[in-house]
Amino acid sequence: MIRSLARQREIWLAAAIALLIGFVAIRFPAFARPANLMSVFNDYSILIILALGQMVVILTRSIDLSMAANLAFTGMVVAMTNAAFPTIPIPLLIVMAMAIGATLGAFNGVLVWKLGIPPIVVTLGTLTVFRGMTFVVSGGAWVNADRMSAAFISLQRGWFLGLPVLSWFAIAAIIAFYLMMTRTPFGRALYATGVNPTASVYAGIDVGRTKFLAFCISGMVSGLAGYLWVSRYVIASTEVANGYELQIIAACVIGGVSIAGGIGTVGGAVLGALFLGVIGAALPVINVSPFWQLAISGSAIILAVILNARGEKRGGRIILKKAEAT
Amino acid sequence: MTILDQTAAARPQARHIPDRLDSPLKAGLFSWEMLLVVVAVAIFVANALATPYFLNAWALSDLTFNFVEKGLIALAMALLIISGEIDLSVAAIIALASTMMGLALQWGVGTPGLVLIGLATGLLCGAFNGALVTRLGLPSIVVTIGTMSLFRGIAFIVLGDQAFRGYPESFAFFGQGYVWWVISFELVLFVVMAALFWFLLHRTSFGRTVYVIGNNPVAAAFSGVRVERVKFILFCLTGVMAGLASVLLTSRLGSTRPSIAMGFELEVITMVVLGGVAILGGSGSITGVVLAAIIMGLVTFGLGLLNVPGIVMSIFIGLLLITVIALPIVWRRVREGQAE
Repeated sequence: MIRSLARQREIWLAAAIALLIGFVAIRFPAFARPANLMSVFNDYSILIILALGQMVVILTRSIDLSMAANLAFTGMVVAMTNAAFPTIPIPLLIVMAMAIGATLGAFNGVLVWKLGIPPIVVTLGTLTVFRGMTFVVSGGAWVNADRMSAAFISLQRGWFLGLPVLSWFAIAAIIAFYLMMTRTPFGRALYATGVNPTASVYAGIDVGRTKFLAFCISGMVSGLAGYLWVSRYVIASTEVANGYELQIIAACVIGGVSIAGGIGTVGGAVLGALFLGVIGAALPVINVSPFWQLAISGSAIILAVILNARGEKRGGRIILKKAEAT
Repeated sequence: MTILDQTAAARPQARHIPDRLDSPLKAGLFSWEMLLVVVAVAIFVANALATPYFLNAWALSDLTFNFVEKGLIALAMALLIISGEIDLSVAAIIALASTMMGLALQWGVGTPGLVLIGLATGLLCGAFNGALVTRLGLPSIVVTIGTMSLFRGIAFIVLGDQAFRGYPESFAFFGQGYVWWVISFELVLFVVMAALFWFLLHRTSFGRTVYVIGNNPVAAAFSGVRVERVKFILFCLTGVMAGLASVLLTSRLGSTRPSIAMGFELEVITMVVLGGVAILGGSGSITGVVLAAIIMGLVTFGLGLLNVPGIVMSIFIGLLLITVIALPIVWRRVREGQAE
């Protein structure tokens, strides 16, 4: 039943996105051209990747506020490494970014797992620590285009099978997360931990360890996004992605991921990110000042939460009564 | 870890009720507040030793401006968090209230009107949060992430990349004025408000109900506590305090930009948690929050005198938050380990 509700939600969200595109296309037909929609997807690939990582954490009744700061730190380290040693191949740098991100995520995870500190407190603290560390390693300086190697900048701009490589990163992440959530015991453990931690323990799931791994994943994803962000906008600074953690959570919430844990799908998170993407892309087209974006995504979050609450009012215990009745 | 240990960990801890209470003296000596006092004194001494400019009446007076505005919000936020809710939109409320005051200024509203509009905007924003949380039963953390974007978004729509300036001379008193010698108006207001909130939380039945709701909202409802109404009032209270902070901050800066008070919400929550308020609700004290506000003021001001950039200070604040919460847990673990 939960699954069908989630699917229904995804259909509604997809319809809302289609409606939005159609609405803009009435006056500006070029907006609905595949090439334009593809570029919207490409522009929001990083948000999609981040939202998937956040979803995994939120499913376990946790939250990761440190993702954007993690992204800034990893991006800075990777960019500085590239500036200092331009000969290091880019795939190796990407692996390095994911490893650094995962290490930072593991730090969050250990505090949540071993010390039982609420995730919101832990990541609130590490959010400021990671961003401060970005400043310390860089000395407040920027790394910009002329210090990055050509390969570093051009890799994600290349085209492969008709799509930019950046989009392929997002597609690969979507497939990987989909397989993980639906085809592995770990995916089930993530849902179980969120739905009922006590029952999960009786079912043999190590709840603490599951949360720890979820934080490692969100960290790893942030690290990857760190490289992608820095090479896409060709700048690494302390201010990179400042405040972006809220966009990531917004994408999840709009995508129907329940902040109370246990409910959420890969499709939902992706659609949530795309919804924000379409709004962001449509505003300049219909000639609305970009200053409206913040208020509109705020309203979208509130609206999404109200709709989520309607959908979630399910009786987990009703099964017993039914059993008694029959 | 055996399965039984794990289930014990997953289950909410049963409240341990001792046969005999500790003597008030012992409880006072080993309390969280005492730890905070020790930390505050240590940082104060470290500051005084590290720089010769610190022990000076005017320097210490300047120090208070570092935490008073955030501290005022932290007082109300403490009650809200004790009741089991949270408000992440307080910094955005500051921005919106400041924008509304700026708009009113353009229409020629005088100082009393400006203050009133600042407070009223805060109240309305708080009531909006409260209504969404209590009437529709939504989780406050997501609602206020949403309203945080909405409130600041409205400020951006009104102001764009512009700024409001030219607040009247009399308005400057709230953020820049001194009541006597080095005692600023902001400091006096903070002391008065801290006393009021202390009385409200620790000496009235309303304060008791806040704790009861935080510990067990269902039991509270069955005991005749109007849970939703109390929570609604607390959201309004937090909104008004954010409005008040907006008046002080706008007056101190003398201008309004839509990016005003960016990131304040994290510092306010850090203050509250550092002050010993349980983030999941149910316990905490105003004394602790006031001490935490002073500690954060001391840390940032002291590091500032040592020419440490603000962003590096945030590392200290972040580590302080995590360490102060982790230490007692580690300590308890070690002690339990010895006992076995």
